[in-house]
Amino acid sequence: MKRLVLILSLGLFASLSSLAQNEDNNQGVVTGNVSILWQSYQEDELIGAVVPPSKTGFNAFSNIIYTKANFSAGLRYESYLNSVLGFPGRFNGTGVGYRFARYQDRDRGVDVTIGNFYEQFGDGLLFRSYEARDLGLDNAMDGIRLILNPIDALRIKLIYGKQRLDFDEGLINGEGIVRGANAELSYNDLLPGFADSKFRLNQDFSFISRFQTGGTIEKDDIFLTLPENVAGLECGTRLQYGTWSAGASYTHKINDPSADNGYIYKPGEALTYFLTGNVNRFSFLLHRSVTDNMSFRSDRDLLLFDAPINNIPAITKPHTYNLAATLYPYATVINGESSFRGELYYSLKRGSTLGGKYGTKLSLIFATAYSLDTTNFSGREGLVNGYERNSWGFGDSLNVQDISFEISRKFTKNFKMKAMYMNLRFNTLAVPVTTDYKGIVDANIIVLETQIKTGKKQSLRTEFQVLTTGKDEVEEGVYEKQDKGDWATVVAEYTWSPHWFLSIIDQYNFGNSDSSKRIHYLFGSAGYINGPHRLSLGYGKRREGIFCVGGVCRAVPASNGFELTFTSSF
Amino acid sequence: MKQVIVALAISFGFSIMAEAQTVASIDLKNLEGMTVNPLDIVGKGNPTVICFWATWCSPCKRELNNYMDYYVDWQEETGVEIIAVSIDDSRSISRVAPFVTSSGWEYEVLLDPGRDFARAMQVINVPHTFLVNGKGEVVWTHNNYAEGDEDELYEELLKLVE
Repeated sequence: MKRLVLILSLGLFASLSSLAQNEDNNQGVVTGNVSILWQSYQEDELIGAVVPPSKTGFNAFSNIIYTKANFSAGLRYESYLNSVLGFPGRFNGTGVGYRFARYQDRDRGVDVTIGNFYEQFGDGLLFRSYEARDLGLDNAMDGIRLILNPIDALRIKLIYGKQRLDFDEGLINGEGIVRGANAELSYNDLLPGFADSKFRLNQDFSFISRFQTGGTIEKDDIFLTLPENVAGLECGTRLQYGTWSAGASYTHKINDPSADNGYIYKPGEALTYFLTGNVNRFSFLLHRSVTDNMSFRSDRDLLLFDAPINNIPAITKPHTYNLAATLYPYATVINGESSFRGELYYSLKRGSTLGGKYGTKLSLIFATAYSLDTTNFSGREGLVNGYERNSWGFGDSLNVQDISFEISRKFTKNFKMKAMYMNLRFNTLAVPVTTDYKGIVDANIIVLETQIKTGKKQSLRTEFQVLTTGKDEVEEGVYEKQDKGDWATVVAEYTWSPHWFLSIIDQYNFGNSDSSKRIHYLFGSAGYINGPHRLSLGYGKRREGIFCVGGVCRAVPASNGFELTFTSSF
Repeated sequence: MKQVIVALAISFGFSIMAEAQTVASIDLKNLEGMTVNPLDIVGKGNPTVICFWATWCSPCKRELNNYMDYYVDWQEETGVEIIAVSIDDSRSISRVAPFVTSSGWEYEVLLDPGRDFARAMQVINVPHTFLVNGKGEVVWTHNNYAEGDEDELYEELLKLVE
């Protein structure tokens, strides 16, 4: 009923607004999108695929936004009937999961949103409300946001609300209240004569506070009071000169005992800094990050994907090739890690001997994360505060090390090639992406991708990928492959522009030490695209896997069957 | 069910009075750290192409690399400007500048890490390309990229200057 009233009031609000400003003929614009994912399931003992009671899974949503001059209002209608396997199973039913009304007056620097909104302060380490719909992550705020631009140099954001936690025939918010403010200051707009300078200096300051009813917890025989209000502060500075930039940010969160940190009272801290620039044909990025006890949720008792207030991004590159992206996806160790990445890009000149007619691109990417340099407390201090961090440096335990080298070149008008080599050391105890191996997996991945234009509008793209894992000595003189052993993936994709595509992917665990698990995961799909509308139908096996986002991972079970997707925007 | 009917009725009601989709007004940062509102770029008489992309999206990079081969000619013939809007979030946003510089792209690259602009333009996944006419109206969109799609875009561009 509540939802009905809400939808009606949005509609009424919108039509009132159009009446109020009906002097012109502009009746406003309606835009929208639709996304449908349907899967059927059949049993497959070999890969461990089971059939859920509903036999099929169905996730769909549609956003509709009405805009007229400075006013906009919209809603998202969502359906999980029942949700596809791997999605949070409690996402259930059909109803409105997101609704908002917004008024933006750019000339006077006022922007107000009521209802749901997504927002991020600074780099998101203190506050990030966002959606990753395909993963089932959505911590949309539900309340009020006010953005003020009193002068060009200053933008102030104020937020107050609850966070989306769940969906059962409609939006369900979490228990905690999240409120905060952010100020972004542009010194170029503040200081006369610097508005068009290549030198740019920006700073931002953020404050977030969470309220949740307190209580006490008992640890051994100590009774501890849970703080009802937990605040965090962040300040960041960014200096830019042309395409060179450098930045740093520091975040501090006061004591926040939670399920994530074992209910310890140690404050959280984060420090990040980076430098990026280019010299001649070289471009580079250096990025350092230390996060310590920075998990922050609007409900202290929740875990994993539930009600995160902030987002701690993983240090590694988001890989696009199947084996690199899906077998060992890294997610930040949420209770703390010390990480670094360096990226170097180089382009060989078009027409040069080495660069060839169309030029050649090279990249070298290194990323690593270690545990924090800490000392654990013992006794009562250990129960209350857990540990202390000795420095901002690296601890002893490796979480991940990812080195990749990529070269891509267009040889002729109709032929392109790309090759990648990657070495990965992945600690499955730090990020448990597999239950088959505990320790550091040492993997090498080689990828060769080619693209041939077979006609004016037709092209064939293929990928050949191999992943090999290291060997451990299980007994004297007896070696066994780590984890599930070696994998190969072959992808072939044929496209007829602008409407059709056909693709096939085979993921083959050829090096599994258990020969009964040397399985082909074959999946074929075909699709039709017409402008903003896209329909695809696939059939085959999907390997059990792990989806990771913002420091958390979720297991997706193996499945076998049909998959239909449709997306459209209008 | 009632709610579905109401929601549909409202959207149907709106669609009767709907006009062409326009470009949303959202402040974004460019690679030089300046604030740019896409609404201020479009609708100045020349066509604009807005491409949503990300550093982790291979077809997006193929699309924008291929457009570079034609960009000078397209600009001469139609006056088009291409805006490449990156939806890279805090994990990969710092990779955008070095990647773009090394790729030699001459587009105006804007950063949309919170996907505010993408959401307002109803983008679900990338690549998603919009062609905006000289009046600021969206006249063509495409949600995919395959080799050869640039021919269709070029044909649509020519229609705007005929």
